[in-house]
Amino acid sequence: MSRGRGLRSNPAAITSCVVVAAYVLLALLGPSFSPNDIQTLDWNNVATAPALSGSHWFGTDRLGRDLYARTLEGMRTSLSVGLVGSLISLAVGIAFGAVSGYVGGRTDRLMMRFIEVLSGLPLIFFVILLTVIFGHGRHFLFVAIGAVGWLSMARIVRGQALSIRRRDYIEAAVASGAGAARIIVKHVVPNLMGPVIVYAALTVPQIIMFESFLSFLGLGEQEPHASLGTLIAEGAGEIETAAWILWIPCTILAALLLSLNIIGDGLREALDLKDHPRS
Amino acid sequence: MTAILSIDRLNVSFRSGDATVAAVRDVSLEVAAAECVGIVGESGSGKTTMFMAVMRLLARGAHIDGGIHFAGVDMLGSAAHELNRVRGSRLTMIFQDPMTALTPHLTIGRQLCEVLVTHAHMSWSGARRAALDMLERVRIPDPERRLRQHPHELSGGMRQRVMIGMSLLCNPSLLIADEPTSALDVTVQAQIIEILRVLRREMRMATVLISHDLGVVAALADRILVMYAGRIVEGAPMRMLLQRAAHPYTAALLECMPDLAAPRVARMPSLAGTAPAPSERESGCAFAPRCPRAQARCRHERPLLRASGVADHDVACHDPLGA
Amino acid sequence: MNHPLLSVRGLEVRFGVTRVLDDVGFDLQAGETLGLVGESGSGKSTLARAILRLAPAAAGRILWSGEDMLTWSAARLRRHRRHMQLIFQDPLASLNPRMSVADAIAEPLRIFGTGLSARDRRERVDAMLERVGLSAAVADRYPHEFSGGQCQRIGIARAMILRPRLLICDEPVSSLDVSIQGQIVNLLADLQHEWGTAMLFISHNLAVVRHLSHRVLVLYRGRLVEIAEVDTLFKSPVHPYTRALLAAVPDPRRIAAGARTPGDAASVAAAPDDGLGRAEATRGCAFRARCPTAGSVCESVVPPLEALAPGHMVACHVTRTGSLVYP
Repeated sequence: MSRGRGLRSNPAAITSCVVVAAYVLLALLGPSFSPNDIQTLDWNNVATAPALSGSHWFGTDRLGRDLYARTLEGMRTSLSVGLVGSLISLAVGIAFGAVSGYVGGRTDRLMMRFIEVLSGLPLIFFVILLTVIFGHGRHFLFVAIGAVGWLSMARIVRGQALSIRRRDYIEAAVASGAGAARIIVKHVVPNLMGPVIVYAALTVPQIIMFESFLSFLGLGEQEPHASLGTLIAEGAGEIETAAWILWIPCTILAALLLSLNIIGDGLREALDLKDHPRS
Repeated sequence: MTAILSIDRLNVSFRSGDATVAAVRDVSLEVAAAECVGIVGESGSGKTTMFMAVMRLLARGAHIDGGIHFAGVDMLGSAAHELNRVRGSRLTMIFQDPMTALTPHLTIGRQLCEVLVTHAHMSWSGARRAALDMLERVRIPDPERRLRQHPHELSGGMRQRVMIGMSLLCNPSLLIADEPTSALDVTVQAQIIEILRVLRREMRMATVLISHDLGVVAALADRILVMYAGRIVEGAPMRMLLQRAAHPYTAALLECMPDLAAPRVARMPSLAGTAPAPSERESGCAFAPRCPRAQARCRHERPLLRASGVADHDVACHDPLGA
Repeated sequence: MNHPLLSVRGLEVRFGVTRVLDDVGFDLQAGETLGLVGESGSGKSTLARAILRLAPAAAGRILWSGEDMLTWSAARLRRHRRHMQLIFQDPLASLNPRMSVADAIAEPLRIFGTGLSARDRRERVDAMLERVGLSAAVADRYPHEFSGGQCQRIGIARAMILRPRLLICDEPVSSLDVSIQGQIVNLLADLQHEWGTAMLFISHNLAVVRHLSHRVLVLYRGRLVEIAEVDTLFKSPVHPYTRALLAAVPDPRRIAAGARTPGDAASVAAAPDDGLGRAEATRGCAFRARCPTAGSVCESVVPPLEALAPGHMVACHVTRTGSLVYP
């Protein structure tokens, strides 16, 4: 499909895809290369700098835990949260937005009011509230992020649905006797996926950033599990003595976010080219 | 009389992905001063692209080859500022949809005056008088009020009149009208045709009228050129083309416009198949797959545009009608 | 008792306060083609949508075999849709770009045809594709891969797959090249002949309307101004608007023979539009500003649609009463 071709001609996007793919591979397979796991406390090598010789390639932290293993764990957390969070907000956002946009009228107004109220709540307050209900940990993270991410997705989807609703093929479907459910599922949603996928691709880095931030604040992943955010929090404390504990996860996170943003931008441009081909 | 516009072996093509799309293939034509030339063709014929090339309005990806000369100006070789001196004043173009050609947020008066102030170096008050005068010439009632209105407040027919007026403000030597009536109701179209006829005579200006509608072209043109798949396939004075069409495509087009006064026929006439897409390669005559008179020769050898023997009547066909 | 297939009485449609359709009434018999002619602002597309209940009617009745469709529940209406279908002016836009041609044509079968297996459906889709002049091999392609004429054939296949009793065609050939309009028109004529479908054929193109219609309705500014058998309308039109319409069509052969066309410029060139605001158009005859024979009664009284001769109805004060001016 032409979206693929658009991306293929974008060298930055291709590089980014390679980087992200490498991340995924590393996160999944990395631990099998490393002799250490995330919990072992190596008292002989406390706070050692990164060295390719020896077993601690990224060095160790204040407690002697291998940073390489912990960083990989952090990457796994970020990637899985990013993925699952995106999927949840995608699914909920599309369902909500498509129904709201297509049905219109009072239903639409009610649904939009609901979104506006939720958007108005201060984010951190809301997250802390959820912490009280659900407790800390990974599962809480998924819920918190999913609960927040779908709001703007729903708005985007609704906007698309509003414009699709007026197209001729929708009228043709109504004239054919199709009910609202069939029209939404078979006609509206497939036609709004273009911009929605682009938006979803661009929210993945946002979600990862949000998760890192929560973890940095201590609201996300808890010990002994690691997230890039917790590692950065830790590294911030050691910045003068064991700076690598900060800059390694920072670089990893920054590179991941950059690559994902470039891919998202590339998708957006490819979509644009498809809709507005320049002759 | 020297030609006001002369197009010499024009080729226009675009790159689309890895394919080359040839929209205009080796077209040569001339428009004499005060002459009206009608260009007839359907989708894919290249008629609009050709004149967008003349006006240098094509996107940068277009590859243009050949010669275009307007009143001594080399349109393909000149720099932008030289082109801007002739475009909009001596050489003007009007389009099918006046709504998109007029700026929505400026009043009609402002847009008309702007042309005069920019090209004719008039003062704003002088321009306003001239604009009012032009609105009257295109028979817009209550012109004072219209000057203060915005494009969306006018009907389609009136917007087209404003477009025509705007294009004539600087007394052009050549007006290119690209499907000026296709978006209009038939009664409104009749009025626009009438206006163009009167103004053309009054201002003694040359016109190129592009349309898919032979009737509209017949009403105004002195000479008609028929285009198919990027080439001119026939050219003749209006009467001769309509009464003694030589190319099978022209004859088919005429047949597809049934005579409303004649008795009804059982099947509505049409041509089978569709016109070739501009991206297709040529092999022989482009019309051969649809031509009722096609012979083996037609599929391999492309017929050249030649004089048919009758004065002023050119046709590109191996076996033209009436030969 | 034999009801006409479709009977419209006193139909009124409003957009806000404007009456887009006013007091429209006519009959359509089974198997008949009714041509609907009018220009922009006439309300012809709105009429099509009102009949299909895709646009709400403010007043009037739409009778299907005697039953008033406007009283039906949403569910009843949806069940009924298999009997009345629509084809559109922009064939590509009327097809879902993300749905294959096979799925698009099969959709009415999915909606209404319970008990059909996927293979049965596919067989019927293939048969329908062949019937409209396309090859069954293209069924898995997508709309953007086809030309305008082919997309219209696909639209026709979709509309006709359930053999509806009424097909409404909204300017189906206006966006197609002149040289291929006949292909679609002839296809519609063939299908009607084969399946006895009644048609309401909307177009501003008089030649095409003439070819398919048995009778013709002329609409001006939301009101019917003339109804006649097709030959009568084209040979002896009575209403000044109908005559202006016919005279305005530029005929290349006539022009070449020396006729000054578009002819009857007097009636046509009177004013660029009728210059009437919405409110003024509803008082008296909406055509009066452009009419060469308008009298004082035309300003105040809406001319009623009345029979001039059997089967020929005209809404005009002057041409009805005074000398019937035939060309």
